[in-house]
Amino acid sequence: MSSPGNVLNRIFRFYYDGFRTMSWWGKRVWIIILVKLFIMFLILKLFFFPDFLKVNFNSDRERGDYVLEQLTGNN
Amino acid sequence: MIENFDLSLVDWSRAQFALTAMYHWLFVPLTLGLSFILAFMETIYVRTGDEKWKRITKFWMTLFGINFAIGVATGIILEFEFGTNWSNYSWFVGDIFGAPLAVEGIMAFFLESTFVAVMFFGWNKVSKKFHLASTWLVAIGANLSALWILVANAWMENPVGMVFNPDTARNEMNSFAEVVLNPVAVDKFLHTVTSGFVLASVFVVGISAWFLIRKREEELARKSILIAGIFGLVSSLAVALTGDTSARTLAQVQPVKFAAMEALYEGKTDAGLTVIGALADSGDRIGEKKVHDVKLKIEIPKLLSIMTTGKGSGYVPGLKDLVNGNPERGILSVSEMMERGTYARQVLTDYKMAKELGDKESMAELAAKFEDKDFIDNYFKYFGYSYFEHPWQVIPSVPVTFYAFRVMVGLGFFFILLFALALWFHKRKTLEKNQWFLWLALISIPLAYLASELGWIVTEMGRQPWIIQNLMPVHVAVSNISAGAVQTTFWLFAVLFTALLIAEISIMVRQIKTGPKH
Repeated sequence: MSSPGNVLNRIFRFYYDGFRTMSWWGKRVWIIILVKLFIMFLILKLFFFPDFLKVNFNSDRERGDYVLEQLTGNN
Repeated sequence: MIENFDLSLVDWSRAQFALTAMYHWLFVPLTLGLSFILAFMETIYVRTGDEKWKRITKFWMTLFGINFAIGVATGIILEFEFGTNWSNYSWFVGDIFGAPLAVEGIMAFFLESTFVAVMFFGWNKVSKKFHLASTWLVAIGANLSALWILVANAWMENPVGMVFNPDTARNEMNSFAEVVLNPVAVDKFLHTVTSGFVLASVFVVGISAWFLIRKREEELARKSILIAGIFGLVSSLAVALTGDTSARTLAQVQPVKFAAMEALYEGKTDAGLTVIGALADSGDRIGEKKVHDVKLKIEIPKLLSIMTTGKGSGYVPGLKDLVNGNPERGILSVSEMMERGTYARQVLTDYKMAKELGDKESMAELAAKFEDKDFIDNYFKYFGYSYFEHPWQVIPSVPVTFYAFRVMVGLGFFFILLFALALWFHKRKTLEKNQWFLWLALISIPLAYLASELGWIVTEMGRQPWIIQNLMPVHVAVSNISAGAVQTTFWLFAVLFTALLIAEISIMVRQIKTGPKH
């Protein structure tokens, strides 16, 4: 039976060899994936998509009260 | 306050969500269907040991990989939008979305991410059977991921399995089973995944037809047409069947959408299903909404009644019944629903005031109402109607819903014919002789995407003005942010997704032209 270290090593080699011998299209799509994730998480999420309630209120109680105010309107 | 919200903010937020959801959906259905086609092809390879099937599988796997990689994480943008643009909605849905989406995230990560790597890196490194199992698990995992998203979406159309907590202003799930087994969720899942199977089958048949037109890779093309033709034909029939069951559920939980799909204004017994028709302004109005006549109509007698009630003499309510009410048929008017919703909202307002005054006795008394079955079924159920000024505001765009539905269904039946012809010509070994059919198959690829997108247009445009059926209209759901900010991100997304689409198409076209490895 393989030791846990051996299993981890085999998993690492599996992925390492897979990426090393990747085809033309595989390399291209990985570049696209990385650029896409960079744009989405480090530009769009950080600068354009703050969580409205998290940014404007400090606790869930405040958030709940705000939405309650929104739902009940001027009544 | 909600009354002061800028309408352009609502419109831009809707447009942005529609844009990102529709772009995201360009990638999803091919993944859902092609994963199963790969699994079938690889199963044949493992069972027969025929290396030709391995080559065929690897070719389609390449196209699957490109689509999967470009599309991955595009859905996360929708979650960004929930938090920024739709904060009232996100808060109001509470943990209803959290549970299914968490399950989806875990399953997607473990099933898809792990086994996708084995699919692509594992040839000649793991056993044939393990590789095959990985391919099947990717297919099952991808489709199960869709299940959880669709469960969340179905809850918005038929909110069940929850109780509203006035203290937190959130809905709390009290029955996971009810949420998952929501009839809308079951119908939606079956209809959506089978439509994905159809799209993928059209894709495979279309690309294979291109190879036959170019007189290249004829064996790969013929074998692929056989597999995709069978899978596509079975799936198309399943789409028609699940569409029928969806219609029955829809008529019960979203009768206004159903009537809009049929442009049915006057309720009737022995109602026929309009197959083809053109809408014309009748000059009549429901409030400020135009009433349309259906001209040039080809109708199947009684079919609409049968679809909705199970019998030809069944009564199908029209938009006028649903807006003005029809006591004989037990249909409440929207005015009545508005009154009931206003009462429910008043109870919530009273609760808020008691909370502000620290009046715990009143708070407890009012909070108990939100757990009382009579109050839930007769008042809170209509909570969202309190936000409308006029009954006619509950009517969606009839022309958009009517035409989108007809084109989608028409294309669905066209695909049944396409697959039947593909199998017929394959059996008779006359695929290459029928060049017209090969070209038809090729140009059907964009039509499959069109049908798939139209399905979502029917679903989402048809349920306007609701974001959560009967509980929350779209204009109440938006965050109090500037419309300019939403416009900016709308165009950013338009550029980003268009670039991704161009990347996908160009890499895919290059790989198709290159063909399978020898």
